[in-house]
Formats: sequence, structure tokens, C-alpha cells
Amino acid sequence: MRYTLLLTLRRALLLREISSLIMLLVVILVFFALSPLFLSRENVGIVLEIIPELGIVALGVTMLMIAGEFDLSVGSLFAFCPIMISLFVSEGISPIFSIVLALFLSLLLGGLNGFVTLYFGIPSFITTLGTMLIWRGAVLLISGGWPPPFSPSLPTTFLVGKIGLFRASIFWFAGITVLLWFILERTDFGNWMFATGGNQVAARAMGIDTGRVKLVNFMLCSLLAGFAGVIQSFRLETTLPSMGGGLEMEAIAATVIGGTALSGGVGTVIGTVIGSFLIRIIDNGLVMARAPSYWFRVFIGIATILAVILNTFVRERARKMRC
Amino acid sequence: MERKNLVEMVNIHKWFSGVCALRGVDFSVGYGEVVGLVGDNGAGKSTLIKILSGVYPPDEGKIYFEGKECHFSSPREARMLGIETIYQEAAMVPKMSVMRNIFMGRELARFRVGPLAYLDIPRMEEESMKALEKVDLRLRSPHAPVDELSGGQRQGVAIARAMYFKSKLVILDEPTNNLSVKESERVLEFIRELKKQGISSIFISHNLYHVYPVADRIVVLSHGEKIGDFRKEETSVEEITKLMVLP
Repeated sequence: MRYTLLLTLRRALLLREISSLIMLLVVILVFFALSPLFLSRENVGIVLEIIPELGIVALGVTMLMIAGEFDLSVGSLFAFCPIMISLFVSEGISPIFSIVLALFLSLLLGGLNGFVTLYFGIPSFITTLGTMLIWRGAVLLISGGWPPPFSPSLPTTFLVGKIGLFRASIFWFAGITVLLWFILERTDFGNWMFATGGNQVAARAMGIDTGRVKLVNFMLCSLLAGFAGVIQSFRLETTLPSMGGGLEMEAIAATVIGGTALSGGVGTVIGTVIGSFLIRIIDNGLVMARAPSYWFRVFIGIATILAVILNTFVRERARKMRC
Repeated sequence: MERKNLVEMVNIHKWFSGVCALRGVDFSVGYGEVVGLVGDNGAGKSTLIKILSGVYPPDEGKIYFEGKECHFSSPREARMLGIETIYQEAAMVPKMSVMRNIFMGRELARFRVGPLAYLDIPRMEEESMKALEKVDLRLRSPHAPVDELSGGQRQGVAIARAMYFKSKLVILDEPTNNLSVKESERVLEFIRELKKQGISSIFISHNLYHVYPVADRIVVLSHGEKIGDFRKEETSVEEITKLMVLP
């Protein structure tokens, strides 16, 4: 009895997501204690409508990071994709086709990130730092610094339509989470991703096309960033050129808080979902607790470092547990 | 001409930007034979092996595998013919589970959806445990990450993998490097197990004392040339050591 209990405890502590989950629960309890309104129906609804936008970006960043690469350009693409939709619509292209076209463009730009990184053999940190600046610059050039008019003809319901307490975006987030979890944990491609990020030489020696694995993930990451940008733009019914500023850092923070290793080869989809919840809940909870919003970045910084320390510490301890 | 060996490499030459790495080396491995390949650093051991495993082509010379002439353009092609190379650092992904490492790149699928294959995890669990038992390696679970195993156990997993995928020739590059005496002994056990299954192997090392007990034949390279090729009964550790340290 005691034996199985210990074994269960050890297995739980060895889960990658465990420290982020504990932090999430603590944060919820603290904010609830500070302000009971935190768990009110309305506020839960507000939190659930802002989470998918960060969460979907972070999921893409997670997949790419597991395969061993970085993407800093997600925040810029987050603004670039909806601006392109506005541009296409104003050029007289049908709304639906504009959305498809802009998403396809995001996919191609992800392919460009991958191509430049892999073909020239430079760090993706550098490539995507460059494209981060380029896409942001392009957004400002196209818009002239002002939000282009948001076309009322755009079909927003399928992304952000209200269903009771929820918006449609939370279901997209849930669907993408399940799909990516499945690909990562249950398919051969997921196995190649872990192998590519974990030891590229070994993966290649076993006949895995590591370049293709990375390229696909670069494209996926950019597609999701563009898609999340469209969701935010449709929710706010505007296309601000400043959208997604600093989002790349939040997405990386959510990923790392969730137990994904910066060095690649290790990580989970569920951890990133928890990390995204944690970041947005801290954001919202500080407002509810009437703390100055400047505290937000301080707390995210602390949460990120703490999560990684906790992760390392808990796993060390759990491994040494004898049972 | 009838060729009765599994591997025949004839008159192999290789230059690297003007420097001659191999000059006219003949090398063969018989069916079920354990060949020890020894020589000092820079003697040409790894160049010879990389040519045989498809990493790069020879500049001159021919390779016959199972009697047929081969031109490998990638390690993948060599592996498909049954030549499995186990490099120390390159064999495993440390953070991945034993099971996922064994089936890396050759996953068992239950069905396919477009470009993706749905993994048959129960079967991979079962098959990996069976494969490990064949080399007498008993692990608690196929889901243990490889970085929790000892160096010797990792070699065992790599050899179990080679056996499972019916390799005909297993090339072990310095498998006993950085291992304790006891662990090295385990690795030699694994190699004997390969022989029992009728699988040929090449054991590369600069430690003659590890090679000697398991090898059927010992080939000595020095400065890109073959300077010795003995059946074990015809030679002794002392004789080969003398050859190896010759200038």
C-alpha cells in the first residue's frame, strides 16, 4: 500500500508539468484570497478569452523548441498576418480567401525562417531575431503606423463567436492542443522531433531527415502565430500595428515554465498550456488585486526562473527517491 | 569470382585534401566472425569504417557485401543492407526512452493518416523488452530514459537494436571507451551474444586487451596501411602490441 503510494508520488513528481501545475494552483489560490471576484463567472470568462491567443503561439514555439530551434519572430507575425488580411480585403479580395491567403503567407514565412537557418547553417535565434525586426517593420510600413480599417465583412464568428461563457477561440485552442499532443506523443513524426532536438547526430545516423523535421516545425510555428494574431484581431475588431509586441518572450516563458528545455529534445504540450494559463492568470489576477500593472513583467520573470529551478530540483529529488 | 566472406573491401584508397588516409587496404569479415580492428590514433581505423558504413565513398577500391559490389551514397543505404554502425555518442538520444531509442526512425505503426503513422506503443514496449532480454539486459521499464542507464547498458541497448532489426554486420566504434572494467566485460558479453546469433561484427579499439578475448581475427592498421591480419590462434597480445607501437 505504502509502496504503491510512494511509486505514484514518484511518478507524479517526475512529470515535466508538475512544477508549473503546482505554481498555477498556488497562484489561483492567492488571487482568490486577495479578491474573491477573481473566480467570478465574468472574470473566468475574461481570462478564457485572452488565453488562446498566447497559448496557440506558445504551442508552436514549444513544438519548434522540442525539435531544437527557436522562433523570436512569432510576435511580429502575430501582427503581420491580420494586417495582410485587411490589406487583401481592401484590395477587393473576398474575406474568406483573404484569411486563407494570409495564413498561407504565414506558413511560407515560417518556411523562410527554416530555409535561411538550415541552408546557411546559422542559429535560428539570429535568423528569427532578424525576421522579427523585418516583419514588424513591414507591418509599420504597410499601416503607416495607423490601424487600417477593420472590414465588417470579415466572418469573425467561427473564431471569436460567443458561446455562453466562452468564445470559439478556446475550442480552437483545445483542438490544436489535442492535435499537437497526438502528433508529438503518438506518431512517428513526434518521435523524430524528440530525436532531432535531443541528439541530431544520432537522429541522422538512424536515417531521420532532421532538416525536414525542423522545417515543418518552423512552418507550423509561424502558421500558429499568424492564426493567433487573426483571433486577437477579430476579437478586438481592429488590426493594431503594435499587436504581439513582446509576445515572443511571453510564449518562450510559457514554454519554459511548462517544462520544455531550451536546448531541445524535451518538452510537453500540456506543460505549455499550463504555462500559458499561468501567465495570463497572473496578468489578470494583478489587475483584480488592484496592483499596478507594471508588476506583471516582474512576476512573469520570477515565475519563469522559479519554474525552471523547481523543475530541476523536484526531478533530482524524485529520481533519488528509493521505492 | 566466388566470394565467401560477408564483407570484402579490396584495395581501398582514401585521400583527404592531399593527405593519404588509406593506401590500398584489403579488409574482410567472414559470416559470424568477430574482427578486431586495432591501431593507434590516426592509423585509419575510422576512415575505413566510415567508408564501409556509407559516410563517404572510397577514392579507389571496391566493396563487396554478401558477394555483391556496393556503392553506398549514405549511411542509410548501408543500414538498409544490414550494416549497423554503433558510434559512441551518436547511437542514442539520452533524454528519450529506451523504447523510443530502439525504434527511432523505424517506428512500428498501427495505421497511417496521411504523412503520419500512429505508433503501436504496446507492441513497441513488448518488442523492446524482448530485444533487451536477448542480450540479457533486464530493465525495469522500456520507458526509462537512456541517460539513466550506465555506459555499458547503453551499448547493450544499441546492440539489442541492431539484433532486432536483423543486422548482418554490427560495427562497434570504441565501445569500451570510458567504461569501468566490469562494464567493459558486459560489452564483451554482448559481442559474444551477437556471434551466437550468427551476426558478424567489427570491434574497433585501441585497447588490445579488450579486443583480444572476443575477436576471431585481428587486423592491425598503421599510417593508412594494413600491417597485420592474424587469426587469433596464430598470434599473441605481445606480438600485436609490438606491431602497433612500431614507428
